[in-house]
Amino acid sequence: MKNKFFILFLFVSLFSLKNLWSQTITVCATCPVKSIKEAVKQAAEGDSILVKKGVYKEANIKIDKGITLIGENLPTIDGQEKGEVITIGTDNVTIDGFKIINVGVSYTTDYAAVRVVNSKGFLIQNLELEKLFFGIYLQKSNDGKVLNNKVRGEAVTEFNSGNAVHLWYCKNVEVIGNDVQNVRDGIYLEFSDNITIKDNVSKNNIRYGLHFMFSNNNYVINNTFETNGAGIALMFSKFMQVENNIIQKNWGTAAYGLLLKEVNDANIKNNLFFENTVGITVEGSNRLEYTNNDFTSNGYALKVKGACYQNHVINNNFLYNSFDISYNGRINDNKFDNNFWSNYTGYDLNKNGIGDVPYRPVKLFSYIVNRTPETIILMRSLFIDIIDFSEKVSPVFTPDNLLDENPKMKRIDHDRN
Amino acid sequence: MLKILKYSFYDLMRSRWSYVYFLFYLLLGIVLLFLNNDLSKAVITLMNVIIILVPLIGTIFGVMYYYNSREFTELLLAQPVKRSSIFLGQYFGVATSLAMSLIIGLGLPFAFYGIFNSSAIWDFSLLLITGGFLTFIFTALAFVIALSNENKIKGFGYAILLWLFMAVIYDGLFLMSLLYFEDYPLDKFSLFATMLNPVDLSRVLILLKLDISALLGYTGAVFQQFFGTSFGVILSFVMLVFWVVIPTFFIWRIAKRKDF
Repeated sequence: MKNKFFILFLFVSLFSLKNLWSQTITVCATCPVKSIKEAVKQAAEGDSILVKKGVYKEANIKIDKGITLIGENLPTIDGQEKGEVITIGTDNVTIDGFKIINVGVSYTTDYAAVRVVNSKGFLIQNLELEKLFFGIYLQKSNDGKVLNNKVRGEAVTEFNSGNAVHLWYCKNVEVIGNDVQNVRDGIYLEFSDNITIKDNVSKNNIRYGLHFMFSNNNYVINNTFETNGAGIALMFSKFMQVENNIIQKNWGTAAYGLLLKEVNDANIKNNLFFENTVGITVEGSNRLEYTNNDFTSNGYALKVKGACYQNHVINNNFLYNSFDISYNGRINDNKFDNNFWSNYTGYDLNKNGIGDVPYRPVKLFSYIVNRTPETIILMRSLFIDIIDFSEKVSPVFTPDNLLDENPKMKRIDHDRN
Repeated sequence: MLKILKYSFYDLMRSRWSYVYFLFYLLLGIVLLFLNNDLSKAVITLMNVIIILVPLIGTIFGVMYYYNSREFTELLLAQPVKRSSIFLGQYFGVATSLAMSLIIGLGLPFAFYGIFNSSAIWDFSLLLITGGFLTFIFTALAFVIALSNENKIKGFGYAILLWLFMAVIYDGLFLMSLLYFEDYPLDKFSLFATMLNPVDLSRVLILLKLDISALLGYTGAVFQQFFGTSFGVILSFVMLVFWVVIPTFFIWRIAKRKDF
């Protein structure tokens, strides 16, 4: 017992000692220290810099000590389009509560509002970024947090705009509660593992709301992706968890809610796909679990493009989609079970809540369109309705084992908060 | 001609069938709007109805009217009136009254619903315009069939067959040819084939105006590019006008030579 108290005492004294040593430098227009750069130069490891409200016209602020940079009442740092604004090159740096504007646009260098290079334990929070190129750019940095930032870009074309939150070769980073709009990619990850992306809102981005390349073991939870060029693009990644997200209104000829390309062993759970041209497009992806999702009012709910094996689609709601499933090829190795399909017309004589007739989610027309895309022009013609009906009665062209043996009679209530 | 047009028109306005037709559209409009509450969805459902039902009713009604008013036509023929004006007058009378039932029947509920303040006004007016065109086209075709067939049963048969061909069989052939020639570029062909059938043309014109056009993908983009230009729009309306003018010309020609 005594020993434990001693250790506690040691810790407390250590912390207070550290507090004693570290000092706070205040920056404002009338203070002795007038610029952030100057304050960074004066600060020692572990110090805090408090920046008062005002506009600071500074670019290329390099932080090479583990300090805490705090803005009081949201001071503005104006980069004057001279390039990067803040670059962090060391561990344990905190940046909190700034408005950063006018990041330079370049076609050769990816200038960012805040860049973190080869660092650990960083915390970037409560920033507001406007008129930016790249927003928060993390490169080869681990164990950090990006929290509650607000990004408003003005992206018009893909080639001269950047991403709001960009991760490159990072591990164990938390990206939580950010609100990113009107940039190229809302959140971008490349070669990054064990990243948590939670409670973010990503809207009106011209390319993707969230973009993964070669990134494994990531969690995507409770985010909202709305009216992006495409909601989420997952490519060449493994062991992903996509849960409780709202992916909606990604509408346009080349738009989709979720793109899965060469993604293996992922869980797509409890998401809502609402009014997307294509809810999910899947290509070359194996062993995926789609459970408890709602697909509502999409053009296509699930478009399976080929080379997809051992995927399970279980317990989902398919409500009022123009096409439920689009599938090409005649071989099916995927399992559809216990879903609710609003287009299901079967009956349930023994009243166990499961339809007695299996449901075939692939319409003949969607099969034909897959083979010859030009035929889509016959959509909503009476002839198409007639052949769809006859195919439903006796399938000839669509894979005969692609069916839901136990279609639910009533809409499944998912516990989504 | 105008006098006969007026006579046919008033005759039909008094008849029960135009009221039934009018009330049907009125009811349809009201039900769609007040059960659905979504204007653009209502427009889609209406499109389905219009491209199937309007041609059917135009055809049947046209044939029926011609055969029913045959005795009166013979009476008129004994008078010093030009033949073409008798038949053209009858045709325009029938088509105008049908088109009016359609436009007023659907227009009233939508007007009360507030279509004028809505962005769907253009989709809706396009719907009514194509509906009107389809009425004129199919009534004219029906008159041509009726004029060239003395036998009522045969006439009805041909008329139904015509509708079936335009609404269903044509699309079947279209689909088969697309599948058969899938190795070739088919954009131009599908554009051309769509232009040739007024039912398909109306369907595509309306579809492209709706949200759902995003589903059409690449082919849709080709069509959008074509119909999006004023040239495309003008050309498709010229096609529709042709579809009215050519059967009307046939009515005139057959009526001139026909022996009663």
